Amino acid sequence: MQTIFIVAILGLGFLITFQIAKASEYVAVLRGEEKARKQTNKVNAFMLLAFLIIGLIGVYYCNEQLKGKILGEPASDHGVLIDRMLYITIALTGVVFLITQFCLFWFSFKYQESDTRKAYYYPHNNKLELIWTVIPAIALTVLVGFGLFYWFKITGNAPKNAMIVEVTGKQFGWEFRYPGGDGVLGKKYFKNVSPEKNNPAGQIWEDQYNYDDVFVEQEMHLVVNKPVKLVINAKDVIHDVGLAHFRMKMDAVPGTPTTMWFTPKYTTKQMIEKTGKPEFVYELSCDQMCGKGHYSMRGVVVVETQEEFDVWLAGKKPQYLVANPDKDPASPKKDSASVISNLPAGAIPTAMKTKN
Amino acid sequence: MNVHAGMDTAHAAHQDDHSHHQQSFVSKYIFSMDHKTIGKQFLITGIIWAIIGGLFSVLFRLQLGYPEQTFPILETFFGKWAKGGQIQPEFYYALITMHGTVLVFFVLTAGLSGTFANFLIPLQIGARDMASPFLNMLSYWFFFMASVVMISSLFVSTGPASGGWTVYPPLSALGQASSGSKMGMDLWIVSMALFVVSSLLGGLNYISTILNLRTKGMSMTRLPLTIWALFFTAVLGVLSFPVLLSGLILLLFDRNLGTSFYLSDIVVNGEILPNEGGSAILFQHLFWFLGHPEVYIILLPAMGMVSEILSVNSRKPIFGYMAMLGSLFAITILAFLVWAHHMFVTGLNPFLGSIFVLLTLLIAVPSAIKVFNWLTTLWRGNIRFTPATLFAIGFVSLFISGGLTGIFLGNSTIDIHLHDTMFVVAHFHIVMGVASFFGMFAGVYHWFPKMFGRYLNSTLGYIHFWVTMIGSYLIFWPMHYQGLAGIPRRYLDKRGWVSFNGFPELDKMITIVSIIVFAVQLMFVFNFIYSIFKGRKVTTLNPWGANTLEWTTPIRPVHGNWPGEIPEVHRWAYDYAKDGREFIPQTEPIGENESKH
Repeated sequence: MQTIFIVAILGLGFLITFQIAKASEYVAVLRGEEKARKQTNKVNAFMLLAFLIIGLIGVYYCNEQLKGKILGEPASDHGVLIDRMLYITIALTGVVFLITQFCLFWFSFKYQESDTRKAYYYPHNNKLELIWTVIPAIALTVLVGFGLFYWFKITGNAPKNAMIVEVTGKQFGWEFRYPGGDGVLGKKYFKNVSPEKNNPAGQIWEDQYNYDDVFVEQEMHLVVNKPVKLVINAKDVIHDVGLAHFRMKMDAVPGTPTTMWFTPKYTTKQMIEKTGKPEFVYELSCDQMCGKGHYSMRGVVVVETQEEFDVWLAGKKPQYLVANPDKDPASPKKDSASVISNLPAGAIPTAMKTKN
Repeated sequence: MNVHAGMDTAHAAHQDDHSHHQQSFVSKYIFSMDHKTIGKQFLITGIIWAIIGGLFSVLFRLQLGYPEQTFPILETFFGKWAKGGQIQPEFYYALITMHGTVLVFFVLTAGLSGTFANFLIPLQIGARDMASPFLNMLSYWFFFMASVVMISSLFVSTGPASGGWTVYPPLSALGQASSGSKMGMDLWIVSMALFVVSSLLGGLNYISTILNLRTKGMSMTRLPLTIWALFFTAVLGVLSFPVLLSGLILLLFDRNLGTSFYLSDIVVNGEILPNEGGSAILFQHLFWFLGHPEVYIILLPAMGMVSEILSVNSRKPIFGYMAMLGSLFAITILAFLVWAHHMFVTGLNPFLGSIFVLLTLLIAVPSAIKVFNWLTTLWRGNIRFTPATLFAIGFVSLFISGGLTGIFLGNSTIDIHLHDTMFVVAHFHIVMGVASFFGMFAGVYHWFPKMFGRYLNSTLGYIHFWVTMIGSYLIFWPMHYQGLAGIPRRYLDKRGWVSFNGFPELDKMITIVSIIVFAVQLMFVFNFIYSIFKGRKVTTLNPWGANTLEWTTPIRPVHGNWPGEIPEVHRWAYDYAKDGREFIPQTEPIGENESKH
């Protein structure tokens, strides 16, 4: 009923607008078309000027309303660089925006048709054109210069002391692998993936680097002020590791591992204090369309101190022992002393293709 | 020039033959080989697509603005896709995918350059028709078949393609990953292949017509900028669409024949696929090698028409014709060299990325030249605000706003944060979507009298402009802030997130405004259809006082355009306000005492 009502009102509005528009044509004929046209011309010229003024006020108002809702201080050192670049660009383009939009609407208003003015024959001026080729070129050189300086800093090699975390996207969730004490991720192969056999990452158990790798889901723990290098994979389709608070982002591509690194600046607890929001949490979002659950592919990042991190990691059992309980020294059935020595010495069949 | 003259007579004789016997309805309106009719066919098909594509956006805006609300009427219409009156995720993704595909390809490529290249090229260069009227007709009918296939994909039980208009594999390659990647995706590929054929047939025709069929005296530097823009558009299309086609064929192989061009190391839904050694990134290179020139395929015709319309209606020559031409050329070249700026965060080699940053920001230079030249064209003019003029001014405003945000995204450093966020959505909708639509509207209002011998109602035109202008800024300006807040694109419900949940009122506002703007577009369509039959009749040959050749044809140009000889051209198209005269048509010989420009 309500819908019919709305449709009826819309139809009626349509009809009235149309009748007015139609009538205005007849009125124009009665009053003299030329005169009516000049009147409309004045109205539109004025509207353009009004649009400029109200529009600029609107831009200011919009900024006042919304600036508090964007993310605030970046939570990583790279984020600081990215935000700085952003503000340099806003300043520069802001000036260009104001000048060009002002000229556009002001000229439109100022040079509206008038019986007293004749248009000025002005087909070209090479000097002027040279000036406005060179000035944008210089401005853009500045932007490219800053941009690339930061870009190479951000995409350069991770520091030697960076911790490594493997992030794997899948429909629709996140998996993480920590390299454990040896600091090296064990090799894996996608055909080994088998959640039933407790091997969701497809680790190759013959590789001894895999013995201490820890596998967790949905929640990634990082250490504050310690560089972290993410090794990024995907299982099924392309995903994207989006870390808005850190201003970092990298696609997760099946078959082609990617990396990125950054240094978290604040622990989650510090951010709760900074933002004043008790519900604050670093979120990991999928930023590349990946199917029907794309919008809900959420992970959580916990940034904590080294001590807290060590405690957390110590509480996790390496996936090798989860998958091979018979090798678990803590397992009551087995003689713990013999476990490590009994392991095959990292022999991997050479024919088998491996991916780190 | 003798060759030209000879051709003219041949054409004229041919023309006489035609006027003797009446054309049947079918050969006049359906399988027509008249470029004007084909142009109108493209326009009308484009309008139908625009209504469909626009309606899709209204539906998904409903979901974005009111994620918690149910709309039982949606279930009535869409059944399981809107179960309980709520837009289901699969449906949402199908809607955005189809919205993008339809608007980018079917409306702003075929509907825009298909319409105006067909309609304007022969009329403005002084030709009887296209170089190959038959291929031209085929171009429309391939487009029509592409439309039929694309529409039929909407009715497949597993739904139409729903992996985004960029159809990145593996998502688009694996039916297991998304129901939209089943039958719907095959139809999408078939439809796009037909579409590519259509645009190639059209493009080759436009290029050869412009190069070979210009009337006597119409040298390349006397061409109106519309023609130059359409020429470069055709060049872009001819060189880049085949690359998309090859990319899509490989995708079709991966989908149906078990090849591994794009697939490697995939475990989907617990199923381990045998494919190894493919590269998903390869597709993105192939796609964006078309995808970026595509942006200019959409923008250039709008730029050309805006140049023409601003000059005619400010009663002044376009400022810096050669610079305008040079910048069109520079944009055309650079359009092929910037594709990987869509791929900064795909794991691209950072050094390669840096080259693309440089080339991408380089495009801002010719773009800036164009903007400054448009501004100087308005400066000290005597401007008539027809609806076409207003849309042209609106185009320049939007092109500035959207172009400047491009400088953010083209800079890889900032792109790390803004890539695939709502900022990108706001950026390309303003600069490519709305701006090109404004160029198209400007063209339709300006050349409607030539197309149909009647005027569009201008009061409705003014309402159309103001609501669309204000509405577009209200919709897309605040959307940049959502992007700065890191909200990813293609999120249909943000309530599950702590970080992205800050804009529910804004989303509601955008939804309401977009419904209003859509309603006003329907009003435009109504005005369009009504005016074809009942609009005010055109009574003068040259209602806008323009210099170009199309206004020397009869009010309703015949098949063959000029009943007698094709007029000869003696000057460029922009002698407005010269030597104290308001305008001097291109056909007027240069006077003895005339000043040089």
